[in-house]
Amino acid sequence: MVDAAPQPKVKVSVKDLAIQYGGKAALSGVNLEIREHEIFGIIGPAGSGKTSFLRVLNRMDEMTTGMTFTGTVAIDGRDVRAWRNLYALRSRIGVVFPLPVGLPLSIYDNVALSPRLRGIRSASDLDEIVERCLRRAALWDEVKDRLQSLGSLLSGGQQQRLTIARALSQEPELLLLDEFSIAVDPVTTMKIEDVLKELRSEMTIVLVTNLVQQARRLADRTAFFLSGAFVEVGKTEDLFTGPVTDPRTREYVEGRFG
Amino acid sequence: MFEARPINRQNQTIERIWRGVFLAMTLVLVIPVLVILGVLVVRGGPMISWAFLTTEPTNGMTEGGVLPALLGTIALVLVALIASVPVGVAAAVYLSEYAADNWLTRTINLAIINLAGVPSIVHALFGLGAFVLFFQFGTSILAASLTLAVMALPVVIVSTRESLQAVPMAFREACWNMGATRWQTIRTVVLPNSISGILTGVILEVSRTAGETAPIMFTGAAFFLPFLPQSVYDQTMALSLHLFVISTQVPGVPDGLPYGVALVLVGIVLLMNSVSIAFRTWLRGRKKW
Repeated sequence: MVDAAPQPKVKVSVKDLAIQYGGKAALSGVNLEIREHEIFGIIGPAGSGKTSFLRVLNRMDEMTTGMTFTGTVAIDGRDVRAWRNLYALRSRIGVVFPLPVGLPLSIYDNVALSPRLRGIRSASDLDEIVERCLRRAALWDEVKDRLQSLGSLLSGGQQQRLTIARALSQEPELLLLDEFSIAVDPVTTMKIEDVLKELRSEMTIVLVTNLVQQARRLADRTAFFLSGAFVEVGKTEDLFTGPVTDPRTREYVEGRFG
Repeated sequence: MFEARPINRQNQTIERIWRGVFLAMTLVLVIPVLVILGVLVVRGGPMISWAFLTTEPTNGMTEGGVLPALLGTIALVLVALIASVPVGVAAAVYLSEYAADNWLTRTINLAIINLAGVPSIVHALFGLGAFVLFFQFGTSILAASLTLAVMALPVVIVSTRESLQAVPMAFREACWNMGATRWQTIRTVVLPNSISGILTGVILEVSRTAGETAPIMFTGAAFFLPFLPQSVYDQTMALSLHLFVISTQVPGVPDGLPYGVALVLVGIVLLMNSVSIAFRTWLRGRKKW
């Protein structure tokens, strides 16, 4: 009998992924696995294809004119192309954008939207979900007395936490964060980072960031993309101090680039 | 250290000149509006009375009021509204929210632009051929209103589409990423935030159709009718055609009468516009971003 450590379950597996916009390559050669209940970091300079990668995971290519991809992306072993009902796929994948998007609805309705879309009508169920998600996103105490005021009027940092609460209301299996802290103050960023660490036990998190230190603080493993090419993936700490396959990775994380 | 150099003084002079030019052009624009309204009020104002609005024309249309024409115009506009708004708004939603940018969409857009450029007399002939003769509605309120509706469609579509596209793309993206369908996104986020613009465009366009004469001339508006229409299959009088008739076709019309009729017509249009502006202001007060 071989005495191996239990292999962590693979949540997302990506093979030979290449993404094009109108025939123009945006990202190519991606081969990686994202494991269940890990925070998976993706770092790389602007324009390296990080956001395009996220868009393939929830099949937003289908909503984007000219965007196509080749290769295989499988979630829980099932090819994302095999989903007949993409809305079902997207409804279990939470997405947080670089700039917070508070929908022009009340704070309550922002968080209750996704549950309502999947058919939850009971007011007490909705109340319970809204409170739980806002608490998890570290926003409840600041907004509990004004749930009916507009979500789009909150401050930037609050709106970003509202976006996270909204993503959590989807009860996501996969949470995609695209440079969430770009428009958020450092204090809020730390609050959100604490939230993410707790959420890891419930879901798999993909964290795209251009702050390498944020990846170092949060991510278990990290991939490095550079100008539309996948460079490497490894344990986050290895990218900083361990062996790296490509010297450019070390240069990038140490800020000695170009 | 901060005193003006020659180039600063020159820039300031040029700035003043341009400001003056733009102001002058704006005033030029206002002049015809003021003159038209002024002449109408001065010469037509004395004609207006409760009796003028509520009695029928008498004595070969040289005396009496405008009741049948007033009611006729309102009926024509309302039926045109009912016919054009659902089609126009739905088409705009399709073009803005669903259609991919391909040859079909571009063809449709081209067709809409061309439809907007068709002269009203050509619409009139189309309405005569299609609604009066082919569908056998006869010369009737229905045929005339449908003709007006076809005329109004491109403007309803374009103004609706612009209102829809004023809703930031980020809102749609956020909804789609949550697994919302396009329709769920339209219903929860897009329409509630564009409804004020859509309604404004619709009301402005419909008020414009109130003044159209050519499209209703062959299709449903009567020279003179001694009775009020009983259904949409009847002919009707209309203010615009009535104005044309008493100005050019009937002898012995007193000087002030056409001005009175014109003032009523302009009054209706202004009333509709004010309603739409008030409505828009009210909705804007509730705007959410």
